[in-house]
Amino acid sequence: MKTAKKGDWVQIEEIVLPAGHRAPQVPEDTQKCDLKLWVKGVLQADAELGDEVEIKTVTGRTAKGTLCEINPRYVHDYGNFQPELLQVELQLKEILFGGDE
Amino acid sequence: MALDKSYEAINSRKHDIIKNAMRIDYDEFEYEGIGFDYEGMMKKVGYSMDEMRKIQLEHGVGDTPLIELKNLTALARKYAPAGKGARIFIKDEAANASGSFKARRASISVHHAKKLGYKGVIAATSGNYGAAVASQAAMHGLKCIVVQECYDDRKVGQPEILEKQRICEAYGAEVVQLTVGPELFTTHLSLLEDTGYFNASLYTPFGIAGVETLGYEIAQQCRERLGKDPDVVICTDAGGGNLTGTARGLLKAGAQGTKVYGACIDLSGLHMASDKDFNKKSCTTGHTGFGLPFVTWPDRSDCPRNAARTLRYMDRLVTVKQGEVFYITQALAVLEGYERGPAGNTSLTAAFALAQEMDQDQILIVQETEYTGAGKHVMPQMTFARENGIEIKFGEPDTEVPGKSLVFPENPGQIKARDYDLEHARQSYIKNCVNNYHMTAASEEDVKFIMDEIRKDRDYVVAQLKQRGVTVK
Repeated sequence: MKTAKKGDWVQIEEIVLPAGHRAPQVPEDTQKCDLKLWVKGVLQADAELGDEVEIKTVTGRTAKGTLCEINPRYVHDYGNFQPELLQVELQLKEILFGGDE
Repeated sequence: MALDKSYEAINSRKHDIIKNAMRIDYDEFEYEGIGFDYEGMMKKVGYSMDEMRKIQLEHGVGDTPLIELKNLTALARKYAPAGKGARIFIKDEAANASGSFKARRASISVHHAKKLGYKGVIAATSGNYGAAVASQAAMHGLKCIVVQECYDDRKVGQPEILEKQRICEAYGAEVVQLTVGPELFTTHLSLLEDTGYFNASLYTPFGIAGVETLGYEIAQQCRERLGKDPDVVICTDAGGGNLTGTARGLLKAGAQGTKVYGACIDLSGLHMASDKDFNKKSCTTGHTGFGLPFVTWPDRSDCPRNAARTLRYMDRLVTVKQGEVFYITQALAVLEGYERGPAGNTSLTAAFALAQEMDQDQILIVQETEYTGAGKHVMPQMTFARENGIEIKFGEPDTEVPGKSLVFPENPGQIKARDYDLEHARQSYIKNCVNNYHMTAASEEDVKFIMDEIRKDRDYVVAQLKQRGVTVK
C-alpha cells in the first residue's frame, strides 16, 4: 500500500543536519552523510509515501517529515543458523561431560 | 519567534537547557580550579541506600539472584594451574524489570523526575538504559522519549539496537532514531527544550547512586551464603556508571577488601562516529570505544559533571575479544542453562580467564546479566556481521581484527583477559586535565582533586604535572 489514511500508524524521515553542516569533530565519511532522523506516530491527514506530512507521536508531540513507512514492522529476528555455535556447544559438552557416554 | 535549531545555536544554549531539565545546580559543587566536590555532589543530590532500596523494590528492581556458575568454574579449572580456579558467581540482573541492571539507574532517575513534577523523561541511549527508562516511566505514568543512534546512512541498523527500539516502544515510549554521529546529543537537547521533560541522563548523581544497591546486595548475599566478602567483582565497562556505582555500593557495605575490575571488548581501530565503521561492530556497548575515553576523561557526557568516575574505583582493567564473548555467551547457555547477553557477558568472559589466576577458594563475582531476545542474541549478531563482510572463523583470539574478523577460540583455554595499563590511563587523565583546562599552574586544591580522581599520591601527581609544563603553586 502506497497511500496512508489519516489516523494510520506511520514512520517519517527528517533531515536534521544536511551533509557539510555536521559537527566539526565528525570523521570524513560521516561528514558526507545527512544526519537523518526517524520517528513514528499517527498520521494527521491522508498522504502518499514520499509526501511531507505531520504526525502525532505517542507522547503527543507533533513532528513533520517525509512519509517513509506505513504500519512499520520490526525486521529483526534470530538470524540464520550459525555453525560455529553448534561446534562450540558440542566441544564444550565433550570437554566437560565427555560426549555421549 | 521560533528558536534557532542549528547545531551551533542549540549547543550555545546547552547550559540553560540542562539546568532546566535537571534542576541540579552543578556550579554549587565547583572549585575554583579544575576540580569539584564529587562526594558533596553525590551526598546532596543522591539518595540514601535505604531510600533507594525501597524505591527500587517497589518498582520491580533489585534483590536479583546470585548464581554460582559451577560448570563454567569446572571448565575454567581444566585450564588453570593446580589449586587455581576461583568460584565464579553471576548476579542475574536480567531479573530486574526491563531485563538489565540499567533499571537500577532508571528507577532512581524516574522517581526523581516524578518527585520534581516533570511530565516526562528523555534519555539518549541505544542500549538497555532506554528500555529501563521506558519501563520505569510506564510505572510512574510519565511520558518517555528515547533518542537512539541507530542506523547508518543506508538505514541499516544493528539488530541489537533494533530490538531496543522495539522494547522501548513496547513500554509505551516514543523512540527517535538517528543516523551515526555525536550530534545525537544536540537532538537530545532540542527535545528537552521543546518538551520541558526531565533529562534522565545516565550520568547524573542519582543515576549512578542507583547502581550502588547492586554492589551493596552483592556484599550482603556473599556474606549470607559464603560467610565472606567477594575477592573480586568484575564489571563490563562502557560509560563507567556500572563500575562506579557497584564499587561505591561495595564500599558502603563495608567490603573494603574487595577488588573491582573493569572489562571491555577490544574494538581498537574502529571509529565510533564513522558511518562506515558503525555496522562493523558486533556489540553496541561494553567496548573500548566507549570505555577508554570515559576512563581517561569522564566529563564528556550530557551532564556538566559526570557522576561515573572509574579511575577512583578501578583496580584493574582488562580487554577481551568479540569472538571470545560470543563463545562464552554460548557456554553460559549450554553449560549453565542461562540464555543472556551477549554484550553483558563481556565481564563474564574476562572472569572465565581471571578465575584461572585466582585460588580455588576465592570468590569472583560477575555483577550483571542482561535479557536476550530477537536481535539481541549471538545468532542474529553473527548473521549481521557476515552480511557486513566480517569473516568468522576459529583461531587464536589475538588474531581478531575489529571490523574485519570475529575469531572464536579453538578451545576455551585460549580465552584471555588482557591487561590495559592503568598507569597509562592515569597519565592520559592528567594530560586531559592539562589540555582541556589549558593548565599552566595548579593549586594545592587542583593537585588534591587529581590525587582523588586517580588514586595516586601527591608526589606522583606533581611530577606528572611538572612533566607537562604545569607549575604547582
